[in-house]
This record gives sequence, structure tokens and C-alpha cells, in this order.
Amino acid sequence: MTSVTYHDVRFLEPAKTRNYLNVDYGAFSWLFTKDHKRIGILYMFSISIMFILGGFFAMMMRLELLTPEGDLLTSDTYNKFFTLHGIIMIFFFLIPSIPAVLGNFILPIQLGAKDLAFPKLNLLSWYLYMIGAFVGLLVIILGGVDTGWTFYTPFSTQYSNMHVFGTTFGAFIVGFSSILTGLNFIVTIHRMRAPGLTWFRLPLFVWAMYATSLVQLLATPVLAITLVMLMIERVVHVGIFDPALGGDPLLYQHMFWFYSHPAVYIMILPAMGVASEVVAAFTRKKIFGYKFVAFSSLAIAFLGFLVWAHHMFVAGISVYSAMIFSFLSYFVAVPSAIKVFNWTATLYKGSVSWQTPMLYILGFIGLFTMGGVTGLFLAALGLDVHVTDTYFVVAHFHYIMVGGAVMAYFAGIHYWWPKITGRMYPEWWARLSALLVFAGFNLTFFPQFVLGYVGMPRRYHAYAPEFQVLNVMSTAGASILALGYALPLAYLLWSLRFGRKAGVNPWGAVGLEWTTNSPPPKDNFHETPVVTWDAYDYPAMLKAMGETQNV
Amino acid sequence: MTAVVHGDDEHAHHPFLQHQFEDLGQQHEASILGMWMFLSTEILFFGGVLCAYWIYRVMYPQAWVLGGEQQNTLAGGINTIVLIISSLTMALAVRNAQLGSRRATVAMLIATLFFGSVFLGVKGFEYTMHWREGLFPGVHFTWHEVPELAPKVQLFMVFYWGLTGLHALHMVIGVGLLLWMIWRAWRGHFGPEYYGPVEVMGLYWHFVDIVWIFLFPFLYLIPHFGVHHG
Repeated sequence: MTSVTYHDVRFLEPAKTRNYLNVDYGAFSWLFTKDHKRIGILYMFSISIMFILGGFFAMMMRLELLTPEGDLLTSDTYNKFFTLHGIIMIFFFLIPSIPAVLGNFILPIQLGAKDLAFPKLNLLSWYLYMIGAFVGLLVIILGGVDTGWTFYTPFSTQYSNMHVFGTTFGAFIVGFSSILTGLNFIVTIHRMRAPGLTWFRLPLFVWAMYATSLVQLLATPVLAITLVMLMIERVVHVGIFDPALGGDPLLYQHMFWFYSHPAVYIMILPAMGVASEVVAAFTRKKIFGYKFVAFSSLAIAFLGFLVWAHHMFVAGISVYSAMIFSFLSYFVAVPSAIKVFNWTATLYKGSVSWQTPMLYILGFIGLFTMGGVTGLFLAALGLDVHVTDTYFVVAHFHYIMVGGAVMAYFAGIHYWWPKITGRMYPEWWARLSALLVFAGFNLTFFPQFVLGYVGMPRRYHAYAPEFQVLNVMSTAGASILALGYALPLAYLLWSLRFGRKAGVNPWGAVGLEWTTNSPPPKDNFHETPVVTWDAYDYPAMLKAMGETQNV
Repeated sequence: MTAVVHGDDEHAHHPFLQHQFEDLGQQHEASILGMWMFLSTEILFFGGVLCAYWIYRVMYPQAWVLGGEQQNTLAGGINTIVLIISSLTMALAVRNAQLGSRRATVAMLIATLFFGSVFLGVKGFEYTMHWREGLFPGVHFTWHEVPELAPKVQLFMVFYWGLTGLHALHMVIGVGLLLWMIWRAWRGHFGPEYYGPVEVMGLYWHFVDIVWIFLFPFLYLIPHFGVHHG
């Protein structure tokens, strides 16, 4: 229990306060809520189910790959499993994860706003997500789909005899939920900031969410229309992408990756935002190079639109365009590296404390760096040809998406859990989970770099015997990883009832969300806050605390 | 800048002020920006399919000319004029809502609804003709003029139906929104203080018009453009 107050603003918490959780009860008060905090919780619940489902398919794949023979799953089942794993994890878990859960909950509070600009639209986005997810789940029950999450033509339009239409329709609907979330965030950040909260006083999480929202808004519609064309081709049997009928399958890849490469930044930019919050809070320092970190988010969002064809180096694009896309891809490393260097510089001479969010974020920084650097390997034309469609690529993007985005999601969940629920999670267990996830992750995916480099192709359920040792390591790691992910599910639920009461500001962190009650009242603040301080003003806070103690 | 310090001023109890906003000004700015953001999504949505259209146009210039020749330029031209007039009436509706003249607002919205419906009627007529001529893509597609170009002409017709269909869908949604706005204007909801919904509706309507301003030359006037070989 801490009584830290910030800039002489004292918030007394009466024994039983009205907050967003106990203001009303019953299923309808949740299903028709317009409160951004409750919608965030609805999303958290929904995507957790998706995460478990996607994790199940991953685990089945890893078990199949324990032995070189295809003995657990048939090749058809394996094809379905890796497809469903990809679709669920990307469209139904990672894309909404940090924005729709933590962004929804925290962003308006960080802005000192009562809610997002369009609360009804926000609820609509959750319903669209649920409808899309329902269609996706229906496909699984009806027999699945085997195209891979990329739906490459002409296989998806002409040859696959499975439920391509349903799956793409589900992804299409979920896309609109993502667009609406981005739209809502942009308008909210522009128009709903508290008095005094200028752009350069915004927490970096807000900058990251702003950049993410731009990508959601401008990239997702292209995927939507691409999937519409794919569905038309599949239903009417005309040749939009079918070469036999005059269509161009490469065009599909171009349009697909025009969304799906920036989609990676929809996953990683929010993660970077969480990292900035956590690093500053647990080093008690101002973030190093605030403006660089802020603008690097926008730079990543912008550059992310210019690199899509690096997914297509062996697909038959001209060597000149391949060179240009390779060259542009290197540029993404610059703003990404700026962030990593600035987090590291923030650690320097900081009073670092090893709470769970910090452990997750330190893991994030290391794993993201690994993922980013191997991304540069893949942006190099020569090496990319060598390792295309091997486990090297699989390992690379899992370092970004799991080592990066999922680690940061867990960091954010732990960091803001006290605010969301009013309860502390058990620190010892949480640290254990962070360590298990980090160790399990590396054991799972590092061997895959080696496997890919020596030539094991992805998406096969059987492989040559000489690859077995590394595959056994990977499967063992996946088991540890699964345990690491299962632990939070258990202890976070436990903490809802038995966790220590968190109080207003358990971390002694700055930021508007730490000046209101935990859990926050329905309108977030009892009165509209007026901001007179810069983001991450830890030195001033420590000074103020010192003075208080001296009194 | 949003830094509108809240206070219990005279706007605080306006019946259409939503609770998350401090005042009507903030609410107005948010809704306008929201529509602009939505339109930027729409641009990319139409942009994606137009990009595909252009690539195939460069690949198959002759088929694109043949496809363009199937279009009823007169009907398309009339529709273009109808939509431009409807944009004028829409703009006048916004202006009148702002001035608080209820009758003029309702009249202009009804005029917009009328022109929008004329457009959809003409479009329906064109669709019927194309359907009868066997120009709907798929199993019933018939094309005998230059048989070897049949798949490519069909591809043109895919884009024709897809683009105009998408546009018509937006028109239908616009007509629905207009009905709602007419009802609200009739009830006297709008005035100098509060006219945001009409303005937002107007932005949407103008956007849908502009899309047509692109579609008309792309789909109807191609034979008159002098297609060069790519």
C-alpha cells in the first residue's frame, strides 16, 4: 500500500467506492456497455480464448514435429493446423491484443478523457470482432482450411477444396473492427486530451497507439478489398488472380502484403509503447530521447508501407524492384534501433527494479532485437533466397510477434493489472512466469534459426531424420513456453479475489492513469485533470517525495 | 487543440451533448475528424480495387476498350450530372441546417434523396440491360465479338460490377442516412449550435459523389481515351 501522490495531488480512496466494475451488474450491463474500460475487458476475455485456441494448434504441431515421421497428424490435418494457428494468432489475437485491450482501457485515461470519442463505435468494433471470430470458429467446426494464413492464389481460389470463403470472410469482418478501433483512437488523441496535455507531454504509449492507428486505418481497407476480390473469384469463378483466365497471382501477393507487412507494425508498435512506459517506470527516470522515441513510431508506421514486396523476393518480381524493396527494408531498422538504444540508455544509471513487467520488457528488448536483426538478414536478397520458406523465417517472425508483441502484451497486462482490477498479482509467481516464458521461448525458436539455415522447409509434417535433435529441443521449449503462459491465467484469476489491494499507484509511476482510483470510476476521473508536467517526470516526483519525507 | 477547459457553461446541458465530451464544440470537431478518418479508410478501400483495375487495364488495353464500349455512356452521363446536382443540394442542406432554417434543410435533404434515388434507378436500369446481354461475369457470361479476348472482357466486367456495385452500396447506405437526417431535421434537432450530423452526412455524400467522378471515365469513357499499350 503506497500513499505516493504526485505533484501534491492527493486522492483519498474511500473504503467502498463506486468504480466501473461495481457501478452496475448483470450480463446486459456488459454486453451493451459503452464504457471503454469494460469493452477493453470484453476484448481481453475474447482474445484470451483465441490465444488458448491458437496455442493448442501450435502445441499439436510441435508434438507432431517431435519425430521425423508424420505419425501424429496426417499431412492434411497438419496443413489445417498451421493455417488455423496463423489465422487465429494474427487476425484474432495479435492484431487486437494490445490496442483493443490495453489501448482501450488505458489510452483514454492517459489522455485524461472520460471515454473514447465514439463509445458506440467502440462497442460495435467488439461485436464485429466477435462476429468475425464466430465465423472463423465455425470454419474450424465445418472442417477447417488449409491455405496458410496468407491465402495465396491460385491455390486458395482454384484448388483448395476447404472453407476458404468462410475464413476470409471472418478475417474481412475482423478487419473492420480493427479499422474502427484505430479511427476512434486517432480522433480521441486529437480531440480529447485533457487541458495542458500537449503532444509532447503525451505518454509514449499514446504516440505508439497513434502510429498503430494510422496503419490500421490505411492498411486494413486494402486487405479488406483484396479479400473481397478473392471471395468473388472463389464464388463466381472469374479470373481476378487466376492466370488461366488472364488474372495475375502476383497481384494478390502485392495487395495482401500491402496490408500484411504493415500489420506486423500493428503488432509491434503498441508493444514498443508498453516498453517505453515500463522502462521509465521501473528505472525511475525520464525516457532517454523522448522526441526520438515518439517520432520513430511514426517513422516505422510510414516506412512500413514501403517494404511489402520483401515477402516476394522469390515470387518472380523483377530484380530491380527486389533491390529497391530490399534497400527500403533496411531503413526500418533505423527507427527501430533508435528505440532500442533509447530504452537501453534509459536503463543506464537508472534505479532498476525487477518487477514482473520489467522482466517481461527486458526480455522483449532482447528478443525484439534478435528478431529485428534477423529481419535484416532476410531483407538481404542473397540470404533471403537461401532461407525463403524455411524455419529461419518462422523463427524470425516469431521473435518479433511472440518475443516482441506477446512479451510486451504480458508486460502491459501485469503493469496495468492493478489499475484494471484494483488487485495486485502475486509477484513471485509472476516473475517465475516471465522467466519461464523467456527461457521457453528461446529454447523453442532459437533452434529453428539453425534448422532453417541448414535447410529444413516450413509447413511440412515430416522431415529428414538429421533435423530431429533441434526439433526435440524446440518442442521441449514449447512445453515450457506453454507452462509460462498458463501460469498467468491461473494467478491472475486468483488475484481477482485474493490479490492484495493495489491502491492508486502501486508502482509509484507517473502518468494520469496513476492519479485515479484502482479500479477507476466510471468516468475515469472525479474531475477533469489539468496537466502541468511532462511525461515521465520521475526526477521531479522523486524530489517531491524526498521533500515530503523530510517534512 | 482540444484544450477546452470544461465548465458548467450554457452548453453543458444541451440535449445532444454526449457525456464523454466537454462541450458541443469538441463534439463537433471530433465527429468531423472521425468522418475524415473514415473517408481516408474508404480511399484506400476503393484505391485497392482501382489499383488492380489499372494494372489489368495496362495489361489488356483492347479488352478494356471493348468492355467500355458495352457501357451506356448516356445513362452514365446523366447519372454524373444527377450526382453533381445532389452534391449541391447536400451542401445547401448543411448550410441551411447551420442557419437553423428547418424547412429549407428538410427540403434540400429531400432533394438530395430524390437525386440519389434517380441515380440508383438509372443504375438499376443499366444493370438490367447488362444482365440481359449476358455481361454478368460467371457461368452466364456470353461474349462472341472477339472470342480470344472473352476472359479479359469478363475481367473488365468484374471490375465494372465490383466498382459500381460497391459505389451503389455506398449510395444505398447514404440514402438510409438521408432518411434519418430528414427525420431529425424535421424534428428540429439542428440549428446554429448543433448541426454536426448533417455536415458529417454531407462529407460522406460528397465522397461518394467523387468516387463516381472517377468511376465514370474509368469505366464508360475508356474507348474515347486512346489507350496506349503498356
